[in-house]
Amino acid sequence: MFISSQNSPTAFKGFTLVMPAVAVGNVGQLAVDLIVSTLNMSRVGYFHTDCLIPMAGNNPYASGKEDAEELHTPAEVYTEAELKLAVLQIRAPIIQTRTKRFRQQLVSWIKASGFSRTVVLSSSHAYQRDDQQLQGTPLRYLVTPSLLTASADAFKELSWKEMERIPAFPGVKDADAEPRLCIPGGGITKGLYTDSCAENLPVAVLLLFCSEGDNIPDAFALVNHLNDWLHLLDGQCQEPNSKWKIPTSWSLLFGGGIPPALF
Amino acid sequence: MATFFGEVLSVYSRAVEEDEDELDENEEDEQIRRELEEKRAVHLHWSPEITELLKAGNKLQCSSFILAVGNNAASFLSAYVLASANWDAVGRALAWNERSRSGTGQSSEESACVFYRNKDDPSVLICQAICHIAEDQLFQWTEKVFDCLPSRELTVTVLSDCTVADYKTADYLCSSSAPFLRSLHSSAFSHQPVCQSLEQPNIITGLPAAVLNHCQVHRIAAVVYQCYSDVTGPDSVTVESFKPVLTKLGRSIQVDSSPSTDVLRKLIRSTEIQSNLYI
Repeated sequence: MFISSQNSPTAFKGFTLVMPAVAVGNVGQLAVDLIVSTLNMSRVGYFHTDCLIPMAGNNPYASGKEDAEELHTPAEVYTEAELKLAVLQIRAPIIQTRTKRFRQQLVSWIKASGFSRTVVLSSSHAYQRDDQQLQGTPLRYLVTPSLLTASADAFKELSWKEMERIPAFPGVKDADAEPRLCIPGGGITKGLYTDSCAENLPVAVLLLFCSEGDNIPDAFALVNHLNDWLHLLDGQCQEPNSKWKIPTSWSLLFGGGIPPALF
Repeated sequence: MATFFGEVLSVYSRAVEEDEDELDENEEDEQIRRELEEKRAVHLHWSPEITELLKAGNKLQCSSFILAVGNNAASFLSAYVLASANWDAVGRALAWNERSRSGTGQSSEESACVFYRNKDDPSVLICQAICHIAEDQLFQWTEKVFDCLPSRELTVTVLSDCTVADYKTADYLCSSSAPFLRSLHSSAFSHQPVCQSLEQPNIITGLPAAVLNHCQVHRIAAVVYQCYSDVTGPDSVTVESFKPVLTKLGRSIQVDSSPSTDVLRKLIRSTEIQSNLYI
């Protein structure tokens, strides 16, 4: 549940919420890190839940010594009031037996806070694409019916590709099997999307096909894609990647220094 | 995952797979799941006096809660603080999980976290958590314990140890500098920790993290002292590296700043001999 870290109550009504799904390559989480870091968003509260594995660390967005020693928890909410943007960052895996409960907690918080729309950043295993999906852009979107009416034109203009429904048993000619939505490696993405459709929430999912590895380029691709729609950064004629600020916590992603005695 | 050298390694993905089986759960599955959850629940057993106090809706009188997680941290408190025999055992927290040894009553003692209260100053509470608490039990353990403690005027100190292999730094760390201490504290903690703060991108997990999260969210002053050691088992050098913390603990309670070697030896069971192939 949401616990504010401010002394005055936080108002989310009318805000856009951007949140990641813990998914393959952690691309959604990396993209959210870029958003919080670049827009210098301030933390307004914690999503305190028993569904995430506990972890703690110092400020991952520290800009210097003064703000380095600020404790951060596995799920926190940041806002940028001018852009009417709220961001939920999730830093730990969801406990396997509690995924359904976590989705329920998220959905009730989204409903209670009155967000005008929610965008879930996610990813899916690249190796499970079918022949069609292997070609063209690896980016896909999904949108719930209640958000479709507001955003259909925007998606058409951007020529975004909707996530395809896949037959349940590819290759087997079965007239009864309906093509269904499948997001392998997406964590709670599919569940959250179907729950949001059922609850009539305005939710969009932006996802990227990728594999585990160095997912920083994937994070940039996803966040630039999001920016094309939401225009979080001013339209500057710069190289797309240079306008995002990499947080200090992105150091040593592949381990610490190597002992010279090893060689 | 694809590496820089072009080979493909199969790596465990941290993404949780979708549970398709949610739809097929029948009554029996649900019952098994419920029973398993009940078995894994955390139980607190207090002394009769404290049980009465809590039943009446009061909280324990506590201004300083010291938690030791792991063998070395627990050995440190046993040798330097609890050895003064000024402490009463007032409670236990039990948490069964797949790593708890089943069977005799002896092992149920080992799988409990014991709470001690100081006789001279009952507002100081110590807990030795040497049993493994599973990921899904950490939050519950923390909530149940802190439900018994006051939320104001409380300072929490957590001592914990882990392997230096988990410590990430750009310059390779010579093993001679391990064991060393690093600290993390909640925003409400206004004192000066006794050692350097844990640098990015390092994080802590487990019970120390669960306790620190709780304190951060509920604005309780808390500090975690994590010792990074190059020895995985109980080790006297690692135990001694917690000594700077004594300066902060020693205000209201009697500490023994140089315990006898007998005391230390009893605590450090030499499990190394059993693992030596040649003796």
